[in-house]
Amino acid sequence: MNNELKNKKTEIALFVTCLVDLFRPSVAFATIKLLKEYGYTVVVPKAQSCCGQPAYNSGDYEGAKKVASAVINEFDKYKNVIVPSGSCAGMMAKHYVDLFKDDPEFSKKSLIFSKKVQELISFLSKIPDRKKLHSNFKGTITYHDSCSSLREAGVKHQARELLQEIKGLKIKELKHTEVCCGFGGTFCVKYPQISERMVSEKVADAEASGAEILLSGDLGCLMNIAGRASREGKKIECRHVIEVMADMTSVSPIGKK
Amino acid sequence: MTVNPTSNNFKENAKKALADENLQAALNNLKGGLISKRKEAIKRLPEFDAISTRAKNIKDEVFLDLDFYLEKFEKKTIEYGGVVHWAEDANDAKNIILELLKSINAKIMTKGKTLISEEIGLNEFLEENGIEPVETDLGEYIVQIAGEKPSHIIAPALHKTKENVADLFHEIHSPLGYKERQNSASALVAEARSVLRKRYLEADAGLTGANFLVAETGSTAIVTNEGNGDLTQSLPKMHIVLATIDKVVPTLEDVSTILRVLNPSATGQDMATYVTFSTGPKRRDDNAGPDQFHVVILDNGRSDLIGTDKQDVLRCIRCGACMNHCPVYGIVGGHAYGWVYPGPIGAALNPALIGIEKSHHLPNASTFCGRCEEVCPMQIPLPKIMRHWRNEEWKKKIPKYSVRLVLKLWLFLVLNPVLYRIVSSIFVRILSFFSPQKGYFSNLPFASGWTSVRDFPAPEGKSFLSQWEEEHDDNK
Repeated sequence: MNNELKNKKTEIALFVTCLVDLFRPSVAFATIKLLKEYGYTVVVPKAQSCCGQPAYNSGDYEGAKKVASAVINEFDKYKNVIVPSGSCAGMMAKHYVDLFKDDPEFSKKSLIFSKKVQELISFLSKIPDRKKLHSNFKGTITYHDSCSSLREAGVKHQARELLQEIKGLKIKELKHTEVCCGFGGTFCVKYPQISERMVSEKVADAEASGAEILLSGDLGCLMNIAGRASREGKKIECRHVIEVMADMTSVSPIGKK
Repeated sequence: MTVNPTSNNFKENAKKALADENLQAALNNLKGGLISKRKEAIKRLPEFDAISTRAKNIKDEVFLDLDFYLEKFEKKTIEYGGVVHWAEDANDAKNIILELLKSINAKIMTKGKTLISEEIGLNEFLEENGIEPVETDLGEYIVQIAGEKPSHIIAPALHKTKENVADLFHEIHSPLGYKERQNSASALVAEARSVLRKRYLEADAGLTGANFLVAETGSTAIVTNEGNGDLTQSLPKMHIVLATIDKVVPTLEDVSTILRVLNPSATGQDMATYVTFSTGPKRRDDNAGPDQFHVVILDNGRSDLIGTDKQDVLRCIRCGACMNHCPVYGIVGGHAYGWVYPGPIGAALNPALIGIEKSHHLPNASTFCGRCEEVCPMQIPLPKIMRHWRNEEWKKKIPKYSVRLVLKLWLFLVLNPVLYRIVSSIFVRILSFFSPQKGYFSNLPFASGWTSVRDFPAPEGKSFLSQWEEEHDDNK
């Protein structure tokens, strides 16, 4: 965290992510609300859509480069780019650099850009002299570590520590916090039977934890887990963790009305 | 390639595996054990990460001068009375081995565990040529008498439960005089040991793999827990070592560095029960040992990886940690992958050995969860290499036309932000309009891969960007 962030007027650019934009705008509104409460100015650059992962992970490196260079060009003017997803943050902070390592123009640009990108939870946990979260949320939750939040953004204890600041919230851990939920981007539609088994095990693990709500920092996992829980008729609710942190849980849980 | 891959049937193989209750029980029994044993072993070795980095560097440096170290190994082996044979591909290796066996009129050859033998289809080839191969590693022995293939690189019979093995032994060993069906693991091991003891003495030649080829001494080394490798290589009059070019390391010191991370990662042991070095044939004063010592060094496509973005896969020391921790392997087992190397390492390596056309599912059947890379003691970036294979596929237009078309349309939209916002907000509005009261879709025709196994959460309403735009007309 650079010192500048102590200056509470610091400007933050929000990379909304395509899933949040299309399916769960509340995540973006909650992110903006909390960041503003902490004194930051939030801007939402207009020309944004996706980080390019669908192309990248399908092996279309040239297509991914086009998306990545558009993202870099749009967000380059900001000093801080916050992403409410470990997966997209990992793409922008880690994989862009890989993609452009031999590119004369973008190898340096992507490297500089990568230092500006931060996953939301990781960012929140590092705000200096931060007031504790004061969400009125009450309930028992479990936390699903998305693979990219865990392994690319290095988020694990930060999420728990932040959540523990909320007085009415109790955490019950999953038995297998290190295991993938079976989303995997296009994997879940290319290999539905394998994905089904993986996500069923995750739903069973969540149910066995005794929690009422499953929280996570990645909407892909959440839609997968919520969708499977719904198919199995399970009661457990799924939400992005920022909705609870920003005290914005009046909206229905994912996939429920 | 003699062993025909069925990797392109991955989906069907996986479907069968999911429905196979026996396999699922076997996978469940072993999965947890291997994971927790590794964790405990690494806890006992606080410097694990540092040693792992050294091990990685050793291999990386070797690959810079691979020819030098291989030639040094050959020179040293010859000095100690051994012979080195170079095999470019599977057929070369098989023919070299057959000629060696014919030269001593061999009828029976015992075998320690070697994956390379599976890779080149050695057993089938020898049988066709009238030589009986006898597997002596317990797991390999089980799959051999069952007429199957290994499903895990360090636990070849992982797909079988103890009950399966008890039934199999009872069936195969009864005619040999072992009438009683054994139930305990220790009794089953004892029975296999008793059957195999005789075979060691009958064998004309013994073949082992090699975990290491040591350039400074011309030694080969194997790491085992059963002692079968030692009997295989020291009792018959000829010892043949079958290894690939990537197994060479400069010094004995390097072997011990890599062993420190190999054993905890593989079985959760600090050190395997046996680490056996072979340096040349029996010397004049030796009481025992083979009269002839041959090392067959196989390339089979590996040297093509040197200097490419997939070279790191050659660092693999075959510990199996990647598959033990892989959520996909843990569900479908090893056979679904359809070729010798299953799990993440197979997804990264097999396309190099059998071609991406024959293995295109393997690098795709991964969520890129990254747990394999996290546990790999040689720090191989497995997801990254799988992605590079997807890139090869993309360039060769292997993915279905419909898939490529959808991605191209998506790309076009994403690169035209104004159009993207219009189209995506219309899409979301339509979805929201048809959105059922309950908040999810049970069936979406254009997303049947999703809705075949899970509901599709309905969007909240308007897209975020269109809402934001309405509120902030003047935003940047």
